[in-house]
Amino acid sequence: MQAFTTLKGIVAPLEALNVDTDQIIPKQFLKRIERSGYEDMLFYDWRYEGDGKTPNPDFEMNAPRYQGASILLTKDNFGCGSSREHAPWALDNYGFRCIIAPSFADIFYNNCFNNGMLPIVVDTDVVDGLFPEVRATEGYSLEIDLPNQKIVKPDGSTIAFELNPFLKERLLNGWDQIGLTLRHDDDITAYEKKRGIA
Amino acid sequence: MARNIYEKIWDAHVVAEPEGQDTILYIDRHYVHEVTSPQAFEGLRLNGRKVRRPDLTFATMDHNIPTTDRSIPIQDPLSKQQVETLKANCEEVGITCFDMHDRRNGIVHVTGPEQGLTTPGMTIVCGDSHTSTHGAFGALAHGIGTSEVEHVLATQTLLQKRSKTMEVRVNGTLPVGVTAKDITLAIIGKIGTAGGTGYVIEYTGEAIRSLSMEGRMTVCNMSIEGGARAGLISPDQKTVDYLKGRPFIPTDRDWDELAAEWLALASDEGCTYDVLVELDAAEIQPQVTWGTSPGMVKGVNDKTPVLAELEGNEKLSTASALKYMDLAEGLPLTEIKINKMFLGSCTNGRIEDLRAAASVAKGYKVNPSLDQALVVPGSYEVKKAAEAEGLDQIFKDAGFEWREPGCSMCLAMNDDILQPGDRCASTSNRNFEGRQGKGSRTHLVSPAMAVAAAIEGHFVDIREWKFN
Ligand code: SF4
Repeated sequence: MQAFTTLKGIVAPLEALNVDTDQIIPKQFLKRIERSGYEDMLFYDWRYEGDGKTPNPDFEMNAPRYQGASILLTKDNFGCGSSREHAPWALDNYGFRCIIAPSFADIFYNNCFNNGMLPIVVDTDVVDGLFPEVRATEGYSLEIDLPNQKIVKPDGSTIAFELNPFLKERLLNGWDQIGLTLRHDDDITAYEKKRGIA
Repeated sequence: MARNIYEKIWDAHVVAEPEGQDTILYIDRHYVHEVTSPQAFEGLRLNGRKVRRPDLTFATMDHNIPTTDRSIPIQDPLSKQQVETLKANCEEVGITCFDMHDRRNGIVHVTGPEQGLTTPGMTIVCGDSHTSTHGAFGALAHGIGTSEVEHVLATQTLLQKRSKTMEVRVNGTLPVGVTAKDITLAIIGKIGTAGGTGYVIEYTGEAIRSLSMEGRMTVCNMSIEGGARAGLISPDQKTVDYLKGRPFIPTDRDWDELAAEWLALASDEGCTYDVLVELDAAEIQPQVTWGTSPGMVKGVNDKTPVLAELEGNEKLSTASALKYMDLAEGLPLTEIKINKMFLGSCTNGRIEDLRAAASVAKGYKVNPSLDQALVVPGSYEVKKAAEAEGLDQIFKDAGFEWREPGCSMCLAMNDDILQPGDRCASTSNRNFEGRQGKGSRTHLVSPAMAVAAAIEGHFVDIREWKFN
């Protein structure tokens, strides 16, 4: 898994609540058996006109100034709905490595870490304050400093964030969780013996 | 110390608690389906890893398969490839697969309990968010992503943090015509779609106890729509009776002993939860969602919201939902006209749902204003049982289409898909934008309410229905 330490990048705003995984990537794209190549399918129904090709000019993220963004700024309960890991894959394939929101849906949140992506939870007031800042300055960028758990704004001020230390450790080192667990193979075998299910 | 059922199951499944890491929790049952598993099997192959316990893993095909004649090969090459990939993966590692021609086939959350693969006290996972359904049996069951599917295949464990617990107590008796679906929608309406985030819910109270196992599955199924990964109900005699004699129930155990073990898992008297939410069953109305999230729900005799009465984020999301749904403010829900109906899914595709729906349909005809009214059983077992009772005939006589089992129009990955502008009464669990087809509009209701709406052409209060 790719490691995540620091990231500096353009921020794209998605000012919507409860963005569900059906919006992040609609079901017709879940038929593929690959793990990559989902970038053009991200936010498909919002991003394109009815023909599925022409970019929808009303979808803010389509503006030229947000091209190449690697940080997504959005609102509460991002990633709710299905467990499809295609949602973080599509975000990652498009280029987003970090998502900032006041809250995330549980399964989506977990799925991000398993793909070396960092979802950051910050207070609603802070997020609401960031939207106008992002829009005010073309090329608005943030610096994500995972080791110190802070977001550095263009003016040098910082926003601190909380994170489960284990998840942080995994991201920093790019650890593969299966590899980690397999170190406890003996414990698993012992557990199965104890339960009589070996 | 008195423990709730979540604490008991958790404690019994801790494999290791390595310093500075999440707990390694043992998984008793792993369900696999075609959509969220191919990349996991591929990951194992790339890393030269084996499936640790194929014997604890069961696969079914449900999301992507046609609900029409199964003897005709799948037309869509991608769907076909996905279904064939699952079969090949299962054969390679020795996992039992209920493929689309197997008589045990159906939606994963319908077949598991039906086959007796889901039992009390188990930890159950599947790469599907509605795995919470299995909580109805007093199992700790939740959805996982594909990387976690791979983790479970390789290790039969999952890395987990202990959750907080929420007791949702539904007191009193349900009024006639009000069902498990209405309870679960009312709960989500109350706590909101993120209200359960970070919690495992235990549903308690007289109204929950009085539900059949099918009804309990409907309630637990939609826990995820309230943000909770898992929702469960303590086992009781109904749980035990439902499971008796099912194909995969262990036969090497004394039945009474096994049943006693299961019953002992129920939450202890005096146990505690982090949060309590209470509802009065008598106040629950038949529910209809009007918006694009399951929390946007009201009683059938209510009206759509009025924007001037709202503020902030709620106003923002309500305005966008009303626009997408093409509904006026302050519109009585009974004036909403539908042109399609879908009865089925892992929420409401069980025999009890079909019975309730058929009793409404009996002697009536689907309204000519409808373009399609689909009835899709949750599994072959359900289909067989319904046909044995003559329910299929009631539906067909009334003008409903009677299909083969599967997820079908719940997520519209196969040909059962709504067109832009369609408005559908649906017994499934998600009314997200485009969920049942791009530009389509979904109203979530109970099976009886869906069928009544199909007959009248608009939503009606099922409590006033004249049954034939
Ligand atoms: S019926 Fe719908 S919600 Fe249930 S598993 Fe299938 S697609 Fe998912």
